[in-house]
Amino acid sequence: MKLRADIGGQRFAWPSLKVLLAHATPHRSGDALAGLAASGPVERIAAQYCLADLPLQAFLDDVLEVDGDDVTELIFAQHDAVAFAPVSHLTVGGLRGWLLDPAVTGDTLHAIRFGLTPEMVAAVSKIMRNQDLIAVAAKIEVITRFRNTIGLRGHVSTRNQPNHPSDDSRGIALSAIDGLLMGTGDAVIGVNPATDTVPDYIRICEVLEVIRTQLNIPTQHCLLGHVSTALAAMEQNAPVDLVFQSVAGSQKANAGFGVTLPMLEEAHQAVRGLGRAPEGSNLMYFETGQGAALSAEAHHGMDQQTIETRAYAVARQYNPLLVNTVVGFIGPEYLADGKEIIRAGLEDHFCGKLLGLPMGVDVCYTNHSYADQDDMDLLLTVLCAAGVSFVITVPGADDIMLNYQSLSYQDAGFIRNTLQRPPAPEFAKWMEDMGVGTADVQLPQIEQVLGQLRLPAA
Amino acid sequence: MTDLTTRKTIAAITQARLTFGQRVAAQDTATTLNFALDHARAREAVTSDIDVAELSTALDAVNLPHYRVQSAATHRDEFVRRPDLGRQLPADQIAGLAQDPAPDVGLVLGDGLSAVAVTLNGVAFMAALAPMLTQSGLTVSPVILAQQARVALGDGIARAMGAQTVVMVLGERPGLSAADGLGVYITQNPSEQTPDSARHCLSNVREQGLPITEAARQTAALIQTMRQLGCSGVEMNQRRAALKAPDDPSPA
Repeated sequence: MKLRADIGGQRFAWPSLKVLLAHATPHRSGDALAGLAASGPVERIAAQYCLADLPLQAFLDDVLEVDGDDVTELIFAQHDAVAFAPVSHLTVGGLRGWLLDPAVTGDTLHAIRFGLTPEMVAAVSKIMRNQDLIAVAAKIEVITRFRNTIGLRGHVSTRNQPNHPSDDSRGIALSAIDGLLMGTGDAVIGVNPATDTVPDYIRICEVLEVIRTQLNIPTQHCLLGHVSTALAAMEQNAPVDLVFQSVAGSQKANAGFGVTLPMLEEAHQAVRGLGRAPEGSNLMYFETGQGAALSAEAHHGMDQQTIETRAYAVARQYNPLLVNTVVGFIGPEYLADGKEIIRAGLEDHFCGKLLGLPMGVDVCYTNHSYADQDDMDLLLTVLCAAGVSFVITVPGADDIMLNYQSLSYQDAGFIRNTLQRPPAPEFAKWMEDMGVGTADVQLPQIEQVLGQLRLPAA
Repeated sequence: MTDLTTRKTIAAITQARLTFGQRVAAQDTATTLNFALDHARAREAVTSDIDVAELSTALDAVNLPHYRVQSAATHRDEFVRRPDLGRQLPADQIAGLAQDPAPDVGLVLGDGLSAVAVTLNGVAFMAALAPMLTQSGLTVSPVILAQQARVALGDGIARAMGAQTVVMVLGERPGLSAADGLGVYITQNPSEQTPDSARHCLSNVREQGLPITEAARQTAALIQTMRQLGCSGVEMNQRRAALKAPDDPSPA
């Protein structure tokens, strides 16, 4: 197939579908760093013209030169020709128009999710404006369940992220309770551990279990350690609600995380075997992020947004409760500034949802990025318009363990009050019963609550 | 059990920006401005150049000879966006680094992502480390002041000097509450493509974190082990564990 476009008498041509996708991608620093970006703004639009005319079928004929990669194999194994039929005759540009057609409902989009491959979804996102990414994502409802119901239309959940630099039990509990008293944590109370040992994993799980059970909160908790640590902890009967793992879009990048697809399958079976959730619940939690594959030198010459989308094939294999992109965490060499972070957040959210994932976003940035809390306010607002499943919140927007800035616990109030997106209904009822989030009720003080909790020894 | 009812006790447990007082939807003005100030300080630490003249004077005062190089990144903005350039030592910088005889340990002080950290703690760390190494019989290079420097720049510097061990000290990416942390990366037999897993790293080196003298002591001890075993990082840990295994059941 000839990949070329003639623009005003000038001919542009691309040697492969992979290069075309990279050159059609809106500018971001990571692709420039990898030497994969378009030579300039006009060539980028020329590539978008060419991409728009490409039949979707082309993505089933070309594995983007990643042969022998188990993520590629998974993508082809997942592809459902029957689900693909309604759009199989379309070009990438035709798919964009179809997605935006008001007659195409969220139910229709949900029905074709396994007919679309990650590369098709990444391709169409490259010729969609931010507004398009919002409009299509907003149609789709991806509902997941554990002790509450996440992803219902009109609701936005939050992760309460009470990290502590030395995993101190009381430090974690203090931050968790502060967030609960601000109405955060219906998606999950999830801790990134500073250490990755089995005894610490079990101890922190027990701290979170004590908080959940003694305050009778309809939510779930998660320790974001390595999947192998989770497996070892489950063997010792640790109270594990959700198993977490970072995943990426190639076998080599996953190997960089020390994880294989069989390990994920084993962990999924093990956590199901614990029987802590009703039958049919979603039990896995995955994080991803543009730039992860490139930083592991495992991107196979693919642009960072395309290979990010391939990670969603891995995630959807295990029916997760939660998936989020950690969009601004990786730094300015991948996403330089607020503009690139906002665009990437909307792309990841759109692509994940279209592939059927309960997509959340860690709305965040590091101190060496050209971004600040104003950019986070904008990304949060547009994600709520797009129907994001959940966002991450930390005390005062400052994660003192991972040293980056996310949203604050107070932002959950902005989501509820200004953006009119209440949390999961079961959690909303718990908040009402506890008086959390209302002005006229005397709230328990953090010092009192912590004093009453019977925490396991530190 | 500790009394957990006072803010002072809580502050001793966690530096997290917890909510005290009224739980209302918006942050109050003071909290908002305090956050903005902390972010501004962090940005200033990232975007500032190190003051080479000031560092030179400070190194002179502790009798440490020094020499200046710059990576292939030409200014702060390029350094931030192009980490690959910050790892490259330009060809015209190599000749001036040659040492005769070659030192055992190359000492490099780079700006990294926080000029503030280098200015506050860099010279003190080198002044603590250098005599510990020479007292144990090792020779050290002059302190190489490296601008626009990422960790791997130290590998090229050490190779140009003929040093088998390199200590790369640089400013860590600032957090919101502290911008003065140094990272110390120690590598045995640095190569053109040293993987991160072949380095030892001490992080958060600052008075309120891992204190400078203690960090220098740990660095010197690690260098002794590396030079005995001929490797660093994960491989060194594995070899050390294997050596301990027969008669020492304790974890490495």
